[in-house]
Amino acid sequence: MIVLENIVKTYRLGEVIVQAVRDISLTIEEGEFVAIMGASGSGKSTMMNLIGCLDKPTSGRYLLDGVDVASLNDNQLAAIRNHKIGFVFQSFNLIPRSSAVHNVEMPLIYAGVTENRRARAMAALAAVGLSDRARHQPMELSGGQQQRVAIARALVTNPAVLLADEPTGNLDTEASYEIMRLFGELNADGRTVVLITHEADIARFTSRVVRLRDGVVLSDERQVPHLATERVQIAQEVIPG
Amino acid sequence: MNFIEALSLAAQGIYANRLRSSLTMLGILIGVGAVILLVAVGNGVTAAVNARIQGLGSNLLIVFPGAVQAGGVQQGFASGATLTFQDYQAIENPALAPDVVAAIPVLNSRAQATFEGQNWATMINGTTQEFPGVRDYTVADGAFFTAADVSAQRRVAVIGPTVAQNLFNGQEPVGQQIKINRQTFTVVGVFDSKGSSAGAAGANQDDLIVIPITAAWSYLFGGRNKNVNTIYVEAASSDTTAAQQEVSAILLAQHKISDPAQADFRITTQQDIAATATQTTGILTLLLGAIAAISLVVGGIGIMNIMLVTVTERTREIGIRKAIGARRRDILLQFLIESMFLSAVGGLLGILVGTLAAHFLPRFVTSLPTPVVSGPSVVLAFGVSVGIGLFFGIYPANRAAVLHPIEALRYQ
Repeated sequence: MIVLENIVKTYRLGEVIVQAVRDISLTIEEGEFVAIMGASGSGKSTMMNLIGCLDKPTSGRYLLDGVDVASLNDNQLAAIRNHKIGFVFQSFNLIPRSSAVHNVEMPLIYAGVTENRRARAMAALAAVGLSDRARHQPMELSGGQQQRVAIARALVTNPAVLLADEPTGNLDTEASYEIMRLFGELNADGRTVVLITHEADIARFTSRVVRLRDGVVLSDERQVPHLATERVQIAQEVIPG
Repeated sequence: MNFIEALSLAAQGIYANRLRSSLTMLGILIGVGAVILLVAVGNGVTAAVNARIQGLGSNLLIVFPGAVQAGGVQQGFASGATLTFQDYQAIENPALAPDVVAAIPVLNSRAQATFEGQNWATMINGTTQEFPGVRDYTVADGAFFTAADVSAQRRVAVIGPTVAQNLFNGQEPVGQQIKINRQTFTVVGVFDSKGSSAGAAGANQDDLIVIPITAAWSYLFGGRNKNVNTIYVEAASSDTTAAQQEVSAILLAQHKISDPAQADFRITTQQDIAATATQTTGILTLLLGAIAAISLVVGGIGIMNIMLVTVTERTREIGIRKAIGARRRDILLQFLIESMFLSAVGGLLGILVGTLAAHFLPRFVTSLPTPVVSGPSVVLAFGVSVGIGLFFGIYPANRAAVLHPIEALRYQ
């Protein structure tokens, strides 16, 4: 469960102090599928960095599963990012010159997992439908495939929260919808999915839309997700914990 | 992340930048190779000098005249001709000095030798028939003069190969008449070469003329029965302590000196000379090694430079790794191992190249003594090269480790 209480985040850009997030309180329950929307400069990327434990708030409290993130040191934050959060980025951010399966394996390496590592990475690739591309390097994959490898990497440590920053920003409409359907399936398995987007049609896939403007919450609405009926159930056992 | 995984990551990083990595390794290779080669050259010189000192003769003691005290004023080392022929005879007496095998008096001075218009300034040594045995000379052509020649004051000479070459220029010297300070001497023999060559070892032992000491007194330098510069003593065993004590006692008695601290002579052993020479060549080796070490440091700076470039280039990758859970020490280890890998491989290749160069160098530089590659210098050079990888890798690796993940991810 993600609990944000009166979060404020300010940056210093030279002489200017930028207030990226002014005062945001937000609770995301386990198993929710949330889109955080807003124009550029609305503070949505800052929100993503804060929720993802890449950054700490200037003031306010952030409780991730009851743990106050402000009290954690760098190594503990790294462990949280490794175990509890799966990141998906706009520009995929795969490690170049490493095969798809090696990219997916990476979080397990940092988690210190030695047993069944390759098998778990292969299972995660299977979950995103890319078993046959395991040996390919990122350069040899299409944008949609790269993003699916990135999602497999985010899934491999079996985190509670998937955090996606404009995951469809670099994809065409068809690939975008495919990725969103994949997120829908993962959410149906009980995983919390938080995605940041500025595209309304992408946000339609989620069940809750939080709109930000100038660092504050403008609206917070629940909705029936689009295409929910088309959802294809995927077997849960392909991603062993 | 364990060590093997870090090593495999480092290997991937190095392989991805093959040309750059090999050039960086080249820097360390040259540094380590230079250390190995130059230290080997230094060791070679040391070995050659020691061989030369052993070549002076075996189990040798050398007695020099010491400082003369006249009216309470000390006049310094070798300021007087305090040694005499009687001193030599006493030392050769087996009853007085049982640990002495043989001794020779030497009266030497530089003089001009001429033969048919050729002339050559060399060291003239007046001595006895035992000279070749004590000083380890062998006669290649002709024969050494005899005891009879010494007692009869015959004007005969045995010449070193350097003298033979310069005076006779290929002619047969034995039987020829040469002039030393306008006195005529007959050449009866030519020494075998002692293998002297130019170098750090001092005087050329092939450049000398040996004549009976009696003839030297009568025809060249005067001072019959008194005039002796040096006495060479061959001890019975390589432990020369007993012989040294006997010679010292004999000379103190001969010179009527009761206090050994007031002795007017000095006894030097081969070991003393060897020790001094080793000290000198040791400094030479150190100096060569230090010069080579500078290039090793330059190689290290090359590693640091390339690691900084690598870290900057891979900023985004570091951000990704941090976002998916890499800790500081994971990143630190990855880059540190990469730099140590570069320097260790460079070091190993350097050892190979340095050893090969030491092996083949004498073919190109013939005047150089054969270089001796020493085990400790190899181990040290390798250790230092890995250490350099560590030292010059820490700063770039740490810079990578402390990168803020958000800024690293934003880096284009």
